[in-house]
Amino acid sequence: MATEGTYYVPAQSKWPIIASIGLFLTLLGAGMMMNDMSAGVKDSSAHYVFYAGGLIMAWMLFGWFGNVIQESRAGLYSPQMDRTFRWGMFWFIFSEVMFFAALFGTLFYVRVLAVPWLAGEGEGAMTHEMLWPDFTASWPLMVNPDNDLFVGAADVVDPFHLPLLNTLLLVASSITLTLAHHALRANDRYKIKLWLILTLILGTAFLFFQVEEYIEAYNELGLTLSAGIYGSTFFLLTGFHGAHVTLGAIMLAVMLVRVYQGHFEADNHFAFEAASWYWHFVDVVWVGLFIFVYLI
Amino acid sequence: MTSVTDTASSLDQEHHHGPAKGLMRWVLTTNHKDIGSMYLWFSFIMFLTGGAMAMIIRAELFQPGLQIVEPAFFNQMTTMHGLIMVFGAVMPAFVGLANWMIPMMIGAPDMAMPRMNNWSFWILPFAAVMLVSTLFMEGGGPNFGWTFYAPLSTDYAPPSTTFFIFAIHMLGISSIMGAINIIATILNLRAPGMTMMKMPMFVWTWLITAYLLIAVMPVLAGAVTMMLMDIHFGTSFFNAGGGGDPVLFQHIFWFFGHPEVYIMILPSFGIVSAIIPAFARKPLFGYTSMVYATASIAFLSFIVWAHHMFTVGIPLIGELFFMYATMLIAVPTGVKIFNWVTTMFRGSMTFETPMLFSTAFVVLFTIGGFSGLMLSIAPADFQYHDTYFVVAHFHYVLVPGAIFAIYAACYYWLPKWTGYMYDETLAKVHFWMSFIGMNLTFFPMHFVGLAGMPRRIPDYALQFANFNEMASIGGFMFGTTQLLFLFIVIKCIRGGAKAEAKPWEGSEGLEWSVPSPAPYHTFTTPPDVK
Repeated sequence: MATEGTYYVPAQSKWPIIASIGLFLTLLGAGMMMNDMSAGVKDSSAHYVFYAGGLIMAWMLFGWFGNVIQESRAGLYSPQMDRTFRWGMFWFIFSEVMFFAALFGTLFYVRVLAVPWLAGEGEGAMTHEMLWPDFTASWPLMVNPDNDLFVGAADVVDPFHLPLLNTLLLVASSITLTLAHHALRANDRYKIKLWLILTLILGTAFLFFQVEEYIEAYNELGLTLSAGIYGSTFFLLTGFHGAHVTLGAIMLAVMLVRVYQGHFEADNHFAFEAASWYWHFVDVVWVGLFIFVYLI
Repeated sequence: MTSVTDTASSLDQEHHHGPAKGLMRWVLTTNHKDIGSMYLWFSFIMFLTGGAMAMIIRAELFQPGLQIVEPAFFNQMTTMHGLIMVFGAVMPAFVGLANWMIPMMIGAPDMAMPRMNNWSFWILPFAAVMLVSTLFMEGGGPNFGWTFYAPLSTDYAPPSTTFFIFAIHMLGISSIMGAINIIATILNLRAPGMTMMKMPMFVWTWLITAYLLIAVMPVLAGAVTMMLMDIHFGTSFFNAGGGGDPVLFQHIFWFFGHPEVYIMILPSFGIVSAIIPAFARKPLFGYTSMVYATASIAFLSFIVWAHHMFTVGIPLIGELFFMYATMLIAVPTGVKIFNWVTTMFRGSMTFETPMLFSTAFVVLFTIGGFSGLMLSIAPADFQYHDTYFVVAHFHYVLVPGAIFAIYAACYYWLPKWTGYMYDETLAKVHFWMSFIGMNLTFFPMHFVGLAGMPRRIPDYALQFANFNEMASIGGFMFGTTQLLFLFIVIKCIRGGAKAEAKPWEGSEGLEWSVPSPAPYHTFTTPPDVK
């Protein structure tokens, strides 16, 4: 532990190289699995590579974050380090915002420009004439230009059924998380646990209903990944959102474990704040999803 | 910034040491100088790899007709050359320079997150292995150009595209973490008294570059993810048959791609803004306007992307908007060029190698800027699009722009890194051979391009033969000259004339206040900046 002034320069660490190997194997395995799947390979062993990578990543995350937590609890971090973590988390979330911006941008481009053009509007007159003269635009797009290649969905998810419930669940979880944060600031350990557990229950319920919705979409509505651009954007946006909820829930679960171990002080708990920033970000994305994917 | 004090903890005795020994020093390091060096070496290896591919391209184009490689392999070479140079050579070189210099320039002991810094680096070799390995896979490597337009990169792509996509993901993760680290370092670790408007231009340009990176690398991740889903999971983002649009790919790609080309040039602006004042022995003219010009260029880079797509069929109003917005960029860029020239004006100039590269940068980058202005004119672009004129344009901004600036930086700071002066004579040979070779390679491309020679094609009409022969000879000259650079650097590391703490008479900045070579840990107690 080298402490340079009050500035903390960590000693050599094995975690970055382990993380690089883990990331490499995970993605290599994922790529091999996908290629084998698309090529119809039956006895693929690609998933072993993927699992090996995943295990290394999990080990790395435990070890690396474990180190950081130890250092933090040993009081090695200065207010400057705290600001560094804040900047780091803030700009990480900004990069996530930009990722979702690309996905929302795709949705808007398709709805506002691409589909109407295919139906002959404005610039698309000749495209329409030459390619699919029978195609008419609508959103949700139920009949695709080439409906044999991409069979359109029979129906779309009713926004006032599961999606509305999920909206309520997720907004409520943001409120309970804020209450947990207030409890932490007041150092009321019992209430922190209570509200944090409730947040996790709400988040898990959200994920449960999201899976339920996917099963319904696939089995009853014919709304699949290959149902044309509506299905593509629907699953892209809700899927990546769901993945982020999962990650946020894992973060909050770790925070809960740490609360049980007596971590965090009323005025020093940035890990908790970072996790809650992330959770609120995921919540805001959902509100955008609910409006632009389901409602309008 | 006053929170950095020099109250040493009792723990630090055993750790105020030099570097660890052996290979593991580099693998496990948290030292910004070690990591900077690794970035620079990695970048140079990739530069030679991508350069070898360029040599194959120029060898094939030496004469009309097909002589050396199959057209399919030629496509893989143009694609991989571009990808490796952009993601493997130029970007890591700038991050390496940022790692080495930013902490020393702002009086910080290290980067803000040293372990994450090491991870950012170590992802790169793995990503590079994944990317290059695609060449050896069944069906060959990526063959759709470095811009990987759908549907060439989806419906008609080789299976190795999956690994190309994951390599891009890894590079993106590395870049985002690197950018976050640089932002946190600059915002949070400046020495007392180092206000934002006192920061060296290199630090400013990197701060702005880092913002560009975190804004657009996730967008690239989104683009390749949609490609991946189109390839393997039956979606139709870029397939009009399902209601998607191949043009959508181009929009997303260039929303990333245009800021990306500025990511590769803004740090260059910072470098020459340090070197020209040093060798003109005058302070930089118009520092404040330089800062604002850089920020303006960065802002404008987000609203000009469709000028890469003038011929793809976008509405007239779009063509006009993107044409005028693109032309606007000439204003802040012009501010910068005028500031550099004015800095030189009536300076007492000497032309050591860093200054030679920087002066060439100003002149040749301006040529690249002007051909960019020509390309920005939408109706004219219908003639230029996808011709060698475009190749000439972007090589004029990238080779004498990014690469020359990186060389200038290496020569300028080599004495600080190694403690020795490099061989000035050899370095000048390196400069002149690069300068002549580069111009001989790329200047004729303007002419064949305007006459209609398409890019990315292994064969061409007979009337282009002479200019292509010239370009190939220039290319071989430029390529072999870079081995001389390797020799110069190794020679400089092994010894030579001892470098003083401040080997350049006119140079300014905190990095010259520490001895040469810079100690393993610098500014463990922050300096006071007046």
